[in-house]
Amino acid sequence: MKIINKDIISHYNNIRIVCLEISAPDISKMAKPGQFVVLMVCKEGERIPLTIVDNNLEKEIITLIFQEVGLTTKLLGGLKEGDSLYALVGPLGNPTEIKKYGNVILIGGGVGIAEIYPVAKALKEEGNDITTILGVRTKQLLILEKEMEKFSHKFYITTDDGSYGKKGFVTDILKEILTDNLTYNLIYAVGPIPMMREVSELSKPYNIKTIVSLNALMVDGTGMCGCCRVTVEGKTKFSCVDGPEFDAHLVDWDNLIKRNSMYLEKERHICNLLK
Amino acid sequence: MTEAVLPKERITQERINDFEEVVSTYSEEEAFQEAKRCLQCSNPTCILGCPVGIDIKRFIYQITQKDYQSAYFTIREKNNFPSICGRVCPAEYQCRKACILTKKGMSFASEQAINIHFLERFVGDWGIESGIDILQNKNEKISKFKVAVVGSGPAGLCCAGELARAGVKVVIFEGLHKLGGVLRYGIPSFRLPPQILDKEIDYLNKLGVEFITNCIIGKTKSLNELFIEGFHKIFLGLGAGVPSFLGIQGENLCNIYSANEFLTRINLMCSYDFPQFHTPINVGRSIVVIGGGNTAMDAARSALRLQKINGIPPNVTILYRRTEVEMPARRLEIEHAKEEGVNFRFLVQPKKFIGDENGFVERLICLECKLGEPDSSGRRRPIEIEDSEFEVKCDLAIVAIGLLANQILTTVTPQLRTDKYKDVVVDTETMQTSIKNVYAGGDIVGGEGTVIEAMGMAKKAATHIITGLLTSNKLCKFF
Repeated sequence: MKIINKDIISHYNNIRIVCLEISAPDISKMAKPGQFVVLMVCKEGERIPLTIVDNNLEKEIITLIFQEVGLTTKLLGGLKEGDSLYALVGPLGNPTEIKKYGNVILIGGGVGIAEIYPVAKALKEEGNDITTILGVRTKQLLILEKEMEKFSHKFYITTDDGSYGKKGFVTDILKEILTDNLTYNLIYAVGPIPMMREVSELSKPYNIKTIVSLNALMVDGTGMCGCCRVTVEGKTKFSCVDGPEFDAHLVDWDNLIKRNSMYLEKERHICNLLK
Repeated sequence: MTEAVLPKERITQERINDFEEVVSTYSEEEAFQEAKRCLQCSNPTCILGCPVGIDIKRFIYQITQKDYQSAYFTIREKNNFPSICGRVCPAEYQCRKACILTKKGMSFASEQAINIHFLERFVGDWGIESGIDILQNKNEKISKFKVAVVGSGPAGLCCAGELARAGVKVVIFEGLHKLGGVLRYGIPSFRLPPQILDKEIDYLNKLGVEFITNCIIGKTKSLNELFIEGFHKIFLGLGAGVPSFLGIQGENLCNIYSANEFLTRINLMCSYDFPQFHTPINVGRSIVVIGGGNTAMDAARSALRLQKINGIPPNVTILYRRTEVEMPARRLEIEHAKEEGVNFRFLVQPKKFIGDENGFVERLICLECKLGEPDSSGRRRPIEIEDSEFEVKCDLAIVAIGLLANQILTTVTPQLRTDKYKDVVVDTETMQTSIKNVYAGGDIVGGEGTVIEAMGMAKKAATHIITGLLTSNKLCKFF
């Protein structure tokens, strides 16, 4: 649970994206793409889920990448090399189904880019043809560009402000690609909920299997509390044990957005105290 | 016959402002007076009512002789955690119901029945305070063996204690960051103070039990890896940790919690102390709790305390589809809930939650019920009355209608045979599962039960694990 290495991989205004390498011998052995850990920074802390971005068997470490948004991620970003987490458990959730699909579109929005990285790596190894679309607000917030480009047959970047790549959103590129007469066998998207929802709406008419990894709120992460429940095809699913990946076309997005904002007021309050 | 002696309780107006324990332990004098009421039957039926067969008659007699040490040892012969069971056992359905002083044909104990659980608690707490340890009964022949215990709830702790006392090296694996399982995350501190649990865990520590938290067997490590790491046998106390939901419309609206989540946020994550502790919890102005078991009572009483702490006028209502008599909760907890101001509405079947424009629950549509013929549980079945629809206003709802098997390990271990409820199937003689050298007990076997039932299964498993180790010791001289 000790932090071996820490990098601030992106810094823009007050926004920081942090990469931590954490000693986790058991987890590094078992982790597969698509899985996550639940961690606590201190004994008073919350339990939060974070995707395992990479795992190194030899060094027995796992890599986590996160943006400092709430209190817990800020506290986590404040830890130094040599510090230890209070709790770390995993790997949790179901791994991504890695196989040869054929033509795959990978879409990462914001810090979601970190979450598609392990999937991209594994899908590439299986011989898939990968088209990658990465979207960020502005150039400085772009992460893992080189790494992702390496796996990609076609590679697109969008920025909201046009400071890099194409000005606009990932969905603008997706719209163009989907009309290019190629057959796509899978779309895999991780990012802000509105982005994933729009990707889903775009791909639905084309009947392309679209997988999203949902970032529902969690407590234990092992199916014990139901905090992370999402409505999928009208049925209740637990993100932690039934997911975190679901068929985007079946997800009740409205419900997810609302459930994820359940503690906004409390989060604001606690963050103000931090200042 | 003298009146039953009841332990002191904190006054209602005071106790609903915090999560401190409500019921006190008997004083020596109170324990003596209550113990003296015992008729010392020549044929004590109470013992048959105890799931682990504590020699109740004997320990009560020992209290009348003020020989508390002997009383403690008497209980400990059968029950590892008297301070815990004395607090949480549903005695009115078990030993006290079987007490000769309970009127025949009652569905639970009469008030006159001896307060066996309070006496047990008195003895248990005396044992903790006096620091007497149960001596180890080490068997050198098995001290080279290692057993892994998966889960640190009642079953796991009990099994670990039994094995460690026999001299076996035990390692407990717990998925959460704290030990105790449901005793930690489920039962509120006003019923079971965490310090009591900590003492019991300390005792295991002294016996040399090793604890590994944050490790989920089935995720972090497989069963097979445990064998490879050198464990000779494994005990599974996985628990029934998965909350059931009603399966009705609107159930995923904001501010609808499972009782497990609500209680975990409070008990494990200390969210009542937000923002000192960082896990948030929402507190409604009108809260409904659906269900009639102990968990429903715990959730309702916790919710009421949260309202008090946050300066909100208490308004918590329990909705139950049968009537008070059929409620599976302990009578004491129902009384406590009533005293504290929790409202009860019986013969109610929730049908649909309706939310506001932000996705937060606003009201619950229900149907009234009447009681029909008894069902498989022996309780009269609730039947919905047509056209009896009515609304209950609620801005927070807690669903406390039961728990299902924890399936994390069983889904990745197909050799581990389960039944249709996904509970682990065991040989009821030995508690061994379909995998050799893997045993199980507690709620993962046979579904939701009580702490003492879990303990009974764990003890049985421990006995067979020890027998098995002794046998393999004879067979494998090379160890």
